[in-house]
Amino acid sequence: MANVATFEPGTAQLLMGNEGIARGALEAGIGFAAAYPGTPSSEIIGTLAEVAKEAGIYVEWSVNEKVALEAATAASFAGVRAIVAMKQNGLNVALDFLMGLGMTGTNAGLVLVTCDDPGALSSTEEEDSRPVAKWACLPLLEPATFQEEKDMTKWAFELSEALKTVCLLRGVTRTSHARGDVRIGESLPPNREAKFEAAVPLQYTSLPAPLKHGLAHQKMDRAREIFEDSPFNWYEGPEEPELLIVTCGSGWFYSLEAVEALGVEKTVGILKLGATWPLPEKLVRRRLARVEKVLVVEEIDPFLEGNLKELVGEDPAAVGAVKFYGKRSGHIPLSGEINPDIVTNALSRILGKEYEPVDADYAQKALGLTGLFTHPRMVGFCAGCPHRATFWSVKNALKMDGRGGFVTGDIGCYTMALGPTGFWQLKTAQAMGSAAGMACGFGNLGGFGFKQPVIAACGDSTFFHATIPALISGIYNRANYTLLVLDNSATAMTGFQPHPGTGVTAMGEPAPAIDIAAVCRALGLRVEVADPFDLKDTTKKLLDLIQDEGGVRVLVSRRECALVRARREKPAYRMRVDAARCIGESCGCARICTRVFQCPGLIWDAADGVAKIDEVICAGCGVCADVCPGGAIIREANQP
Amino acid sequence: MKDKDPLNIIITGVGGQGNVLLSQLAGKALVRNGYHATIGETYGASQRGGAVMSHLRVSREKQYGPLIAQGQADIVLGLEPLEAMRVLAQYGNPDVIVVSNSRPIFPPAVSSGDAEYPTPEQIGGALKQLSRKAWLVDATDIALEMGAPILANIVMMGALVGTGLLPLGPELFETELAESLKRDRLDINITAFRRGLALVGDAA
Repeated sequence: MANVATFEPGTAQLLMGNEGIARGALEAGIGFAAAYPGTPSSEIIGTLAEVAKEAGIYVEWSVNEKVALEAATAASFAGVRAIVAMKQNGLNVALDFLMGLGMTGTNAGLVLVTCDDPGALSSTEEEDSRPVAKWACLPLLEPATFQEEKDMTKWAFELSEALKTVCLLRGVTRTSHARGDVRIGESLPPNREAKFEAAVPLQYTSLPAPLKHGLAHQKMDRAREIFEDSPFNWYEGPEEPELLIVTCGSGWFYSLEAVEALGVEKTVGILKLGATWPLPEKLVRRRLARVEKVLVVEEIDPFLEGNLKELVGEDPAAVGAVKFYGKRSGHIPLSGEINPDIVTNALSRILGKEYEPVDADYAQKALGLTGLFTHPRMVGFCAGCPHRATFWSVKNALKMDGRGGFVTGDIGCYTMALGPTGFWQLKTAQAMGSAAGMACGFGNLGGFGFKQPVIAACGDSTFFHATIPALISGIYNRANYTLLVLDNSATAMTGFQPHPGTGVTAMGEPAPAIDIAAVCRALGLRVEVADPFDLKDTTKKLLDLIQDEGGVRVLVSRRECALVRARREKPAYRMRVDAARCIGESCGCARICTRVFQCPGLIWDAADGVAKIDEVICAGCGVCADVCPGGAIIREANQP
Repeated sequence: MKDKDPLNIIITGVGGQGNVLLSQLAGKALVRNGYHATIGETYGASQRGGAVMSHLRVSREKQYGPLIAQGQADIVLGLEPLEAMRVLAQYGNPDVIVVSNSRPIFPPAVSSGDAEYPTPEQIGGALKQLSRKAWLVDATDIALEMGAPILANIVMMGALVGTGLLPLGPELFETELAESLKRDRLDINITAFRRGLALVGDAA
């Protein structure tokens, strides 16, 4: 089966935006790729990992985004082209290194792909990573089409080498997690003569900083000149439009559709920018000088909008009076993701042109008929998920303890314990590792009358990513809390990538498996390990740890992710409900299985007044048999 | 409708039903045969029991963006009936063609007793009244009969092709299955596809 490394040049292939970026990197002759997974960026390095051997490149899942960028930078310094990818939160983690790198500069081409998540479809926050380009003096590219994902990635390496700095390439969910046809180009082999040579003292440092900072600004002047002629910036429309749309990234397709939907091709022009920082000033001024109204279409923050206004402000006479519409004017929302409808509505409001996307009678009928059921499908733990079982025990242990204990959390599948399928147990969720970091604070409030037990919940991959420093800080400062590691042996939320605890690398090679319990023991901590499917034992160990006051203690709740296991094995049990024993509403359990435990494999048959198993969804974990107080849920072992 | 350009298809269902694979297989077959195809996907958190929707846009002329505008769906393929109904509220129009799996997946609000799932009659009625033509097919039952509920997505792919609304015939989609799936899974998937084909009539 052909893959992203072996596609025939000249053929058209259906590629996910992230796969296009991976192919572009291969066409640029990269040798090194690193990342920590994060939606919607994970498939870039994941795709390269799958073809690493065929392509003769090195690919790693690093422990976090900062290490990924540091490792890729080393490759660049040694003359090997390198790519690193991360989501917007990840960029924050890497930022400390990146700010200095902007001043230090690079050697072989180095491209940092950052994928933002407008609407926070798979994120705990909504953040625009583009201001970092301005802040750290780095060139910024924003692909708009699937072909551009590939072609601009390839070009980004040339740009990086021309400027001797990191090139940022920004994607968003709708460019990264969408697929389209892409024409494949020739790929290049990587440089196989890596060597680190610092010919000039301090060459690979940001020192002396004021000097290097000045050089970084000079690089931006050079980038501006290059961008004036970039084939990824273009204008389409009448020479003297009534209104000019300036757009980038995903906004380009939406703008085209808005113009088409309103039939205003003859009066509205579109300036599409692929290189958005530094702005190609001459090109932009030339277009702004011909219009009086400008609509800026972009995702998340008014970054492009602000830069355009800054440019006009520098020399207002060169452009003349221009009225800007966009996020600041309220025509495009300041939060959430944009789409063709939002852009069409904005355009119709500005032009005073009626737009009715759906026939009014149909819309009314649809509202009446589909309004029968308005509950959204909340995301939650999968059928058979070990996290649901762990949080069941957390809930019971905290209840038995009775002192108002609570759980701090961070980012991973277990973040869903903020909601009903984790019984609302998680109370905080900020950044990677912040469960343990916050527990350091809560756990040192004893002198202020604070008496509540604190449990800090983190996943296995998160333990390595950012929990370890917080854990050591807590031990050193004698914070009083219980660390709960929900170890499901995968970076499950982002697509089951391996991590330092799994014993395998991104390229499928065996690796030393770092044992989380052993790391904690080596730090001098009391550590218990439990199987979350054993509810009784997990609850007992957790309660005992909670009450073992003073210092940090650890429970590792260890059970493989149900989705990973299901790829390999049949379900452990066949589940059924004994209808004679399930007495429903008259039981006194108040339907604990479906109302409280809420596994999607369990359904409540209101007509018959009994619980049932949905055979299509049930993963056969058997845990609900222990939740049912009436013994009505029966598990029968499957032959392995 | 066969000549409509772009042809806008929405494939909707619940995380874990194989929505992404289905749209990808259909898209790859179209690109292999010279069409432009774009697929916008909802992913990530939606894998965990949330609603999942793919927008598949097909064109002879040019590449379109990954999101279909309100009221602009030509075909709605529902892997889950409630989600098919909900998609119509936002993307439907009097000319839309609907093919939906009949088997519900109950949202947590239904299991918890906070809401009641609409009856099959209510859903079937809504789909009919909000479309030019609608089919409710028993894809999951067929898949269960074949021994693996996940095959429902390939049964539904067959049903989509069976409407005759896509610009390619069934044999080219079967070629794609052969190119994209593992050898040992091919026969059962071809059977599922053909059983889906037979479930609907020509809507062109």
